[in-house]
Amino acid sequence: MLAWFLRRLGQIVPTLLILSVMIFGLQQLMPGDPALTLAGEERGDPQVLAQIRAELRLDRPLPEQYLHWVARAVQGDFGFSWRIREPVAKLILEKLPVTFQLAVMAFLIALVIGIPAGVISAVRRDRPVDWLANGLALFGISMPNFWLGIMMILLFSVQLGWLPPSGYVPLTEDPVQSLATTIMPAFVLGSGIAGVLMRHTRAAMLGALSQDYVRTARAKGLDERVVVGRHALRNALIPVVTLGTIEFGRLLAGAVLTEQIFTIPGFGKLIVDAVFNRDYPVVQGVVMATALIFVTLSLIADILYMAVNPRLRSA
Amino acid sequence: MVLDIRGLAVTFRTDRGPLRAVDDLSFSVEAGRTLAVVGESGCGKSVTALAIMGLLPPNARLSGSIRLHGREMSTLNPAEWRRRRGRELAMVFQEPMTSLNPAFTAGEQVAEVLRLHERLGERAAFDRAVALLDRVRIPDAARRARQYPHQLSGGMRQRVMIAMALACKPRLLIADEPTTALDVTVQAQILALLDELKRETGTAVVLITHDLGIVADHADDVVVMYAGRAAERAPAARLFARPEHPYTVGLLGAAPRIEGGPGGRMSRLASIEGTVPDLLHPPEGCRFAPRCPFHGTDCTRQPPLAEIEPGHATACWRAPLDQVLAA
Repeated sequence: MLAWFLRRLGQIVPTLLILSVMIFGLQQLMPGDPALTLAGEERGDPQVLAQIRAELRLDRPLPEQYLHWVARAVQGDFGFSWRIREPVAKLILEKLPVTFQLAVMAFLIALVIGIPAGVISAVRRDRPVDWLANGLALFGISMPNFWLGIMMILLFSVQLGWLPPSGYVPLTEDPVQSLATTIMPAFVLGSGIAGVLMRHTRAAMLGALSQDYVRTARAKGLDERVVVGRHALRNALIPVVTLGTIEFGRLLAGAVLTEQIFTIPGFGKLIVDAVFNRDYPVVQGVVMATALIFVTLSLIADILYMAVNPRLRSA
Repeated sequence: MVLDIRGLAVTFRTDRGPLRAVDDLSFSVEAGRTLAVVGESGCGKSVTALAIMGLLPPNARLSGSIRLHGREMSTLNPAEWRRRRGRELAMVFQEPMTSLNPAFTAGEQVAEVLRLHERLGERAAFDRAVALLDRVRIPDAARRARQYPHQLSGGMRQRVMIAMALACKPRLLIADEPTTALDVTVQAQILALLDELKRETGTAVVLITHDLGIVADHADDVVVMYAGRAAERAPAARLFARPEHPYTVGLLGAAPRIEGGPGGRMSRLASIEGTVPDLLHPPEGCRFAPRCPFHGTDCTRQPPLAEIEPGHATACWRAPLDQVLAA
């Protein structure tokens, strides 16, 4: 078990290294000269441009730039934002709690809707409830987030006036207001994932319910609720756990469109602003942080997968 | 009488029309005795087992009478039937590899029955489960109880199934091909264990099998099923000594373990010609007639299951068969 864990950790290092090369390389392929952007009005003055390039090490060979960046990145230093002159790490740490709160809420909404709907759908296969749940899942998966977001703002903010249409209040400042500002974007993000979870839970439950051990459970005289909720669901959730972790990782990577619509100052907004402003250090830092989150989550997914699947534990 | 079945019929609603998987089946089992239900796959023996357990799928309709210790089961509502399952009647299934839940330990799965029916606490139930696993001769039961099914061999898993089934000392145990999936040496051990536990607890056993060798060694009485109906019913010894239904004769001739004795006069029936009839469109009259070497004009009517000697009944217009063979 410990050996497995260490081996798994060892795999992360080359993954992140390769990713860092790709992130750094992609940056170089992007059109436009950051020095020109930064020089602003003085873009005509070669001396100013040279000075900016020297300051940002843009005049050094690429490998040197890369090594310099990586060496500092492993220490958690992603450099300074060229635009707002603040450490990238600080920007990331500022935005992360916002995105994290949104991701957790969206994920909870997805779990609470998706898993029970999938179970009910499987148990009542080909009945009206199943059709309804499948229809709603399809709706959740196929509705574009920006459209659903705008519709919700129109209904709950403009028409009914129940919720603020945009903005964000930190949880530590005013919990109620914080939930009010995030519930709509969380629902928008969660609805699609709920649909995906529902479909997968339904399929896994249908598989589990046809297994011999379910018949054994019934032969023991167990209540059908126990047969479904304990014997079948426990096995059906094994594939769903992996899927859920990946979806959660995607939420943490930031929801560009949804954050834009609800003007939530999260990861998504940070990276969009950085890309538009050619703020390379921020783009690199955010993408690298996202990669780190993903790699960590996939490790957690593996651990969870082992926790729910005894067949892997002893191996 | 532990189990008494009268005129049992099970009909499945299918897309191609009603399918009568079991038709007019009657038999009974007494405490401490084993009744074997024998037949080819698809003859309705497993459906019979599920019908007794009350575990038929929703598209099945049951008629006739199933009495367990004098109490009519077929009219029970599902909840009452469920309360008896696992306590008064229990079942061991064919596939030990897949019949245990892979997500729970062996001990947990046995303990679950005790917690449900005997209202034992978690700790007490687990201790009893370990004792039961020890009783079915699982070596190092305390350690095995904490293991998952994938860590146990097929024979051990079937022992766990047996421990689970006998946990609440049921009056009736249904064993559906309990050893078919196991190695021959393990088969013998499992069957010997079932016999021993039956003697100890007085449980009545319905043993479903296609293996006549098992019937000869472990059954007191036999019902031979063909295409959903009872072809012959007899004490095991009589069935082997004097098979009366042409289908039974064919089965014995086709069974590799039965040599000499009855096989001699049945040499021309070494295998049964033809195939099992389509139960969506069963033949008129005797269902075995199309494959029967002795069929005649009267076989277009269904022969009743009639006694030809005490306790020995056969559904054949040709009975007693030795006169036909002598002619």
